[in-house]
Amino acid sequence: MEYFIQQLINGLTLGSIYGLVAIGYTMVYGIIGMINFAHGDIFMLGGFAALIIFLILTSFFAGIPVALLLLLMLLVGMLMTGLWNWTIERVAYRPLRGSFRLAPLITAIGMSIALSNFIQVTQGPRNKPIPPLVTDTYHLGAITISLKQILIVVITSILLFAFWYIVNKTPLGRAQRATEQDRKMAALLGVDVDRTISITFIMGAALAAVAGAMYLMYYGVASFNDGFIPGVKAFTAAVLGGIGSLPGAVLGGLLIGLIESLWSAYFSIAYKDVATFAILAIVLIFKPTGILGRPEVEKV
Amino acid sequence: MAYTTENNQSGLMAKAVKEGVLAGLIAFGMFLLFVGIETYQDINNQLVWRTRWGLLAVFVAIAAIGRFLTVGFIKPHLDARKLAKAKSGVLEISDKKSFFHKHFLKIALVFLLCYPFLAMMIFGRQGSLKYVDNFGIQILIYVMLAWGLNIVVGLAGLLDLGYVAFYAVGAYSYALLSANFGFSFWLLLPMAGILAGFWGIILGFPVLRLRGDYLAIVTLAFGEIIRLVLINWTDVTRGTFGISGIAKASFFGIWSFDVGAANNFNKAWGLPSSSVYYKMFLFYVILALCLITAYVTIRLRRMPIGRAWEALREDEIACRSLGINTVTTKLTAFATGAMFGGFAGSFFAARQGFVSPESFVFLESAVILAIVVLGGMGSLTGIAIAAVVMVGGTELLREMEFLKHIFGPDFTPELYRMLLFGLAMIIVMLFKPRGFVGTREPTAFLKERKAVSGSFTKEGHG
Repeated sequence: MEYFIQQLINGLTLGSIYGLVAIGYTMVYGIIGMINFAHGDIFMLGGFAALIIFLILTSFFAGIPVALLLLLMLLVGMLMTGLWNWTIERVAYRPLRGSFRLAPLITAIGMSIALSNFIQVTQGPRNKPIPPLVTDTYHLGAITISLKQILIVVITSILLFAFWYIVNKTPLGRAQRATEQDRKMAALLGVDVDRTISITFIMGAALAAVAGAMYLMYYGVASFNDGFIPGVKAFTAAVLGGIGSLPGAVLGGLLIGLIESLWSAYFSIAYKDVATFAILAIVLIFKPTGILGRPEVEKV
Repeated sequence: MAYTTENNQSGLMAKAVKEGVLAGLIAFGMFLLFVGIETYQDINNQLVWRTRWGLLAVFVAIAAIGRFLTVGFIKPHLDARKLAKAKSGVLEISDKKSFFHKHFLKIALVFLLCYPFLAMMIFGRQGSLKYVDNFGIQILIYVMLAWGLNIVVGLAGLLDLGYVAFYAVGAYSYALLSANFGFSFWLLLPMAGILAGFWGIILGFPVLRLRGDYLAIVTLAFGEIIRLVLINWTDVTRGTFGISGIAKASFFGIWSFDVGAANNFNKAWGLPSSSVYYKMFLFYVILALCLITAYVTIRLRRMPIGRAWEALREDEIACRSLGINTVTTKLTAFATGAMFGGFAGSFFAARQGFVSPESFVFLESAVILAIVVLGGMGSLTGIAIAAVVMVGGTELLREMEFLKHIFGPDFTPELYRMLLFGLAMIIVMLFKPRGFVGTREPTAFLKERKAVSGSFTKEGHG
């Protein structure tokens, strides 16, 4: 039982990270109907930004409080990846809106390859380990909870609340929802569609950056190809929850995190990625709308 | 009149400068951390950092100047040219083609047939090894893979991101069946193709209902599952260690290329012992396989099934309304594409003598897809040229020693290879969605040729 609860906690932590990345996938898919294949690499960029900020700050200010350090890592990472994703959308995706069906996906695959190899070229192909940031652990009987797990879940919850507020209660969120429902009609009614889409990309990237920084904090290592597998898992989460649905992305993220940790605990670690890929394929084939998604109407 | 144009000119320049500065600032923000700062491990394995302001300045300058030139000069120039063309109202179509253009395929074929002998004449026996193997065979394998994928992506319009899975199936079928049962290459080559085609049907069946990007993602998942199974099913595949010592192909069973064999090819023909003859033989085998692929593709394109593929690519709903069975159409496309992937895979295993899951990662699928996209989906010549440029280009980069003197001893072109591939995919999609090299036209047309989906830029046509 303790073992099960322990795995549940680990899964929840991992699931929070996937959920944050999944929101980026689901928002972009909802608003422009495109799978942003490069989103996983935006997540990786966020991790690298946090890593570099960490190195700079710790070398200049040796005794910097951990809380301030973490906050700066998150903020700079969010700014940085927001700028990247804004530029990417502007340069590579916007001109293709309305081009033939597969063009945006092919471009996004190209962007994903280019981003991960850009980091490989500029920062080197080796794994980048950092010393542990937060080491405190708490024991409840046989169950161990580390402070970093609590931090990850808490930060995720705060961000999700802020995000929910923006989407549901602000004029910006209204514009986003309107653009999602009908882009042309929204434009006719005075919504600046281009700006809304740009902001959506920035928001998705900011959440991915937080996820990247927390991934770095959790595992203590960053690598240029960290974008691919976590990216696919987050995409699976978005699909499982119902692509286009924000609560679905979070739910899907948590489920994928739980499935992954329970699968590794009870079946086999070797096949844990197979489990994710199999879920992805099965959900897409049998229930493409996911758990909370709306059925898609086939337009002629 | 003169006054207004001058005013426009200075306004344009001001705009160009502004845009240039803005682009520079954005580039500064983007590259500050990732280019301006380098992280590396020092002697104590501690992660440390140093600055690279020079390189950062280069990046920023390229972005700023590039944007300035685009806004200030290139775009007005292009607009003016477009306007002039629209005013004249005459489309530039010329039926005159140069001799080289007209006979390009024949010249290319003759060159390919003579290529190994030419290489041997120019570079000597051992010197030609590199040219026949690294350039010739390597490029032709990619040509074949890209032509196989072209059937799925270019003709049927089904984006397959897991194509490398069929390549893996072919390679492992040959490796395992020849190691365990001692079957020969010539028996296993068709068998590997059939097995891969079979897998194409198995994997194609569940994804029939999916369209477009969902299909792409599911094929990616299947590709990764096959690779992960190859890694983890150690009893059969020996996991990441791979299978080594795979038997060589023989000269149709008449002569062997094994050094110790009694009917050794070199001995039988009185040739000095060198592996170059085996490589030359392999070159002709893969060339023949490529030609078969091209022949089959061209013939199929003219058959009802090929026309159904192209119809499916253009509009699935219209296709169904006309009574075309989309299930068999999609499955045959998957199976045919997979079969050629399987042929290429078994050839790869025979040539390499070693297979491991490392060779079948997602990036490999992406490379093949990039070649198809760059060459112009559907165009065989275009794809072949794209393969020569992209694969041959990276091999060439590896050969250039002087680059090491410019960029330092750490310069490894393989790292830049994928970066270039990725950027090339983006640029092609942005500027020439039909591919840089070739164009793709429907095979069947009524009275006159019309534009196809790639050339539409409006919504709802693809």
